[in-house]
Amino acid sequence: MAIRNVNLWRSIDWLTIILYFVLVLCGWLSICGASYDFGETDFLSFSSRAGKQLVWIGCALVLALVLLNIEKKYYEMFAYPVYAAFLLLLLVTIFVAPDIKGSHSWLVLGPIRIQPAEFSKFATALCMSRLLSTYGFSMEKRSDFIKMLAIIVVPMLLIVMQNETGSALVYLSFFFVLYREGMTGSLLALGVCAVVYFVIGVGQGENFFASMPVNVGQFIVFLLIPLFTALMLGVYGKQMRHAWLVAIVNLLGVLLAYLFSRFVIPFDICLVQLVLCGCTALYLLMVFLAERYASYLLIALFALGSVGFYYSCNMLIDKLQPHQQMRILVLLGIKDDPAGVGYNINQSKIAIGSGGLWGKGFLNGTQTKLNYVPEQDTDFIFCTIGEEQGFMGCTFILLLYAVFIIRIIMLAERQGSVRFTRVYGYSLAAILTFHLFVNVGMVIGLAPVIGIPLPFFSYGGSSLWGFTILLAILLRLDAERETRF
Amino acid sequence: MNNNYRYENRKFVIVAIVMAIVLVYIGRLFYLQILNDEYKEYADSNAFLDKTVYPSRGVMYDRTGKLLVSNQPAYDVMVCMRNVKDLDTLAFCQSLGITREFFDKRMADVKNRRLNPGYSSYTDQLFLSQLTAEDFAMFQEQLYKFNGFSIQRRAIRQYNYPVAGHLFGDLGEVSKKHIAADDYYVQGDFIGTQGIESYYEKQLRGEKGKERLLRDAYGRVKGRYMEGAMDVAPVPGKNLTLSIDIELQALAERLLQNKIGSVVAIEPSTGEVLCLASSPGFNPQMLTGRQRGENHRLLSKDKQKPLLNRAIQGTYPPGSTFKTSQALTYLQEGIITPETSFPCALGFRFKGLHVGCHAHSSPSALVPSLATSCNSYFCWGLYRMIGSEKYGSSQEAFTRWKDHMVSMGFGYRLGIDLPGEARGFIPNSAFYDKWYGGRWNGLTIISVSIGQGEVTLTPLQIANLGATIANRGYYIAPHVVKGIQDEALDSIYTTPKYTMVEKKHYETVAQGMREAVLNGTCRAANLPDIEVCGKTGTAQNRGKDHSAFMGFAPMNDPKIAVAVYVENGGFGAVYGVPIGALIMEKYLTGTLSEASEKKANDLQQRVIYYGNQER
Repeated sequence: MAIRNVNLWRSIDWLTIILYFVLVLCGWLSICGASYDFGETDFLSFSSRAGKQLVWIGCALVLALVLLNIEKKYYEMFAYPVYAAFLLLLLVTIFVAPDIKGSHSWLVLGPIRIQPAEFSKFATALCMSRLLSTYGFSMEKRSDFIKMLAIIVVPMLLIVMQNETGSALVYLSFFFVLYREGMTGSLLALGVCAVVYFVIGVGQGENFFASMPVNVGQFIVFLLIPLFTALMLGVYGKQMRHAWLVAIVNLLGVLLAYLFSRFVIPFDICLVQLVLCGCTALYLLMVFLAERYASYLLIALFALGSVGFYYSCNMLIDKLQPHQQMRILVLLGIKDDPAGVGYNINQSKIAIGSGGLWGKGFLNGTQTKLNYVPEQDTDFIFCTIGEEQGFMGCTFILLLYAVFIIRIIMLAERQGSVRFTRVYGYSLAAILTFHLFVNVGMVIGLAPVIGIPLPFFSYGGSSLWGFTILLAILLRLDAERETRF
Repeated sequence: MNNNYRYENRKFVIVAIVMAIVLVYIGRLFYLQILNDEYKEYADSNAFLDKTVYPSRGVMYDRTGKLLVSNQPAYDVMVCMRNVKDLDTLAFCQSLGITREFFDKRMADVKNRRLNPGYSSYTDQLFLSQLTAEDFAMFQEQLYKFNGFSIQRRAIRQYNYPVAGHLFGDLGEVSKKHIAADDYYVQGDFIGTQGIESYYEKQLRGEKGKERLLRDAYGRVKGRYMEGAMDVAPVPGKNLTLSIDIELQALAERLLQNKIGSVVAIEPSTGEVLCLASSPGFNPQMLTGRQRGENHRLLSKDKQKPLLNRAIQGTYPPGSTFKTSQALTYLQEGIITPETSFPCALGFRFKGLHVGCHAHSSPSALVPSLATSCNSYFCWGLYRMIGSEKYGSSQEAFTRWKDHMVSMGFGYRLGIDLPGEARGFIPNSAFYDKWYGGRWNGLTIISVSIGQGEVTLTPLQIANLGATIANRGYYIAPHVVKGIQDEALDSIYTTPKYTMVEKKHYETVAQGMREAVLNGTCRAANLPDIEVCGKTGTAQNRGKDHSAFMGFAPMNDPKIAVAVYVENGGFGAVYGVPIGALIMEKYLTGTLSEASEKKANDLQQRVIYYGNQER
């Protein structure tokens, strides 16, 4: 064991550990800021949230130390049982957990509350790694593919049943892992397109061309459709000229329409865009008939489907329950309603916006201290950074995350033939990216209000421990890496 | 293991996605935090509660340094709706002396966002304003029982003397008009609405300070921002020193009790008003605190109009006091000399016109005519002036006459530093042309020469006439404030205004007035050791004659000029002269002799019955 330990400390990735500590420290300071009440707050006292978080951090470090000392073979060995155990825990939680703000995701053990959904991520990651690294596994095999999907979908469903849809959505990030491992890219591309169309299309309320009767969301979506189509033509088509033709004709058409609308008669440019999209699809159909190459037909269908998807999203919104509808619409800026559902995002934008370039200084934020921002030390913790540290602080934190995630990707990539560790590393990177994307996006008003924490920043033991466990296992796996030939 | 490397390039796609997310978010933050300023303003209006710190209003002293008007703590009852629980409404209403209906209405009004736009159930709202210290003491004992109610201190006016209500004026809540006209005011502020409080509002009010408090999302105050570094201290209002002698004012009001009328005294050399009494008056304390509204309603309903400041707002025929101004005009215009005599056969009789007069020796020169207040003399004077060839026409002659009157301060506002001063009325040629269709002469308008007819003056203008004669030819615009803290008086209160009459003619008129005191109509004004000059006035009107007096003393070093006007008081000698004499004695000797004190008591007791007519 002694020799192992020496090897561990020598081969462990210290850069990641340093980044981890910097993030945790910044997170703790943010919690100090968010929970500070202008009074004599003792950040080290256990009664304050900052003090409690210190304890959670201490526990996390102990937990990490333990996990770092478990050999890789045990992780591989116990991946399935651990996954199964957590599925069971998730299932039990649904029935045992008390109702906290409508969700049944917290297990209450005396004074401590634990959210199993935060921990099942590492179990799922391990399970996924184990499955994909099984000898003879192939995504092309239907049975393997279904197993793979099941590993992702089952915990998702259980968490949805706990009424924690936000946490469940995190599992979608595993598709990035699958993409890296060979899943066809077009599926991912379609998924990304759908998300982009939805987020932009259903609601850019801010009107860029104030003088023109244009729905800006629609305008952007209809601009993206030909561009995506051109991109697909570039990737999957036989000849690049089709791609260029589609891109240039569409852009020129929109530009002309814009100029006409701006300087001659204001009209809805989107009508022109719609016609352009139709022409693009028609053109591709003709190319398909002429060249008899199936991709062109599929791309034409993509263009038409995109338009259809945009309209059906708008229809779908009408079908949702009012509060769900509200939540989506407000986030997307359609309903400007400071006293109502939009209040949170509005206040959050005010807090961040008021930070300016350098921020108001540590503990000097007014919006977060005075409770204008909801959930200011958990889901909306980024507001505190925005208000107190300003644009510079936010940029620093975002770049820190980027470096951290890219470093993890690098760790995953340096595993050579060890697929287990690579899949695991990508799982961590993808989960972190998803959390960052949704949490920060929500706070700055670009993504839906989905209650998921900002890793290492949001107050709470479960989230911190969950991510620390994920990271500690990766560090251990990485420490046992093979040198790549 | 080809399979492992086949997709390795996809790592670049994934890294690109991570970088894209981060860059888009940085761009968004750049927009929110740097390009867009409005969020900063939102944040400030969110978090900062700029609480106004009210300055203390300037106080007022009289000319002898006595404190007249100061500030006194009053208490507002505040309510925080969210904290109101288990209220014993009955006990609450009893402790405040209000009815259940009033309580319900107030609670509803407070919650009504239309009436009370700043309403929040988390913050203190005004429930009842201006509790006096006594009411407060009673309420405070039980306050602990009334969850959600609290007390906020504020200041109201304290008047140390129960007199001079008209002079001080009062404070009322600002109206929408005030707020629109001057952005200093906000809803709920107080503003001077009458008298000095109104005229010197800008000096008295000071400058508001600001306290920047932090307010949380529920509207609760969480302390001061940056320990008060951004606070602005209020600047207290400026103190005023009035030219009023409060004891003289009190005496004047005392002598006017049970009568309608005015007493105005002016220091001739400075134009400072020594007293400005109007009866009926009111105790200024009535118009402070919670009872203000009710008292104001009562006073304004009173048929004798106690809120009217007759000393500057009442316009009366000046009667014989006006003859002095006529004598001056005729002398200056060369119509008469001091030696000129006119006949008087119990009045002015000419071409069928008769203006009555009382029995005295005839014919008489100017000085005796003033002393005996001979109507005939001044009628002849005006008749001659209007008929004089040197003006070319009656109109021109009368215009000249009017110019003299205006130069003496009649027909226009004197510019006293009080709101609402009346102009009085001096007719001009055009007025008579219109009135008589151009066919008029000295006889037609003869009654103006004896201060009757169309001519009206305010008691202030009569007193100012006395001051002008005392000064032998000039006056300084009368004013009630002689000093403003750290500020100079307006130049009109320091610059003499000369009339169109030479000093020597004033000397003659002064002699006539002296003679009136020694041997004429004003003998009751003859004070021992003081050379008093005076002129009675008995002004005819629809009812009983008004009793008037105008005088100054001492003759050769005048310290006080006084005008007394008592409505329906009869002969000038009945009320005007004795009141005027007492005022002069009090001011010049600092006290009243025993005999005078008795006389004063007697005058105070005398009642004039006015009936139930609107005045």
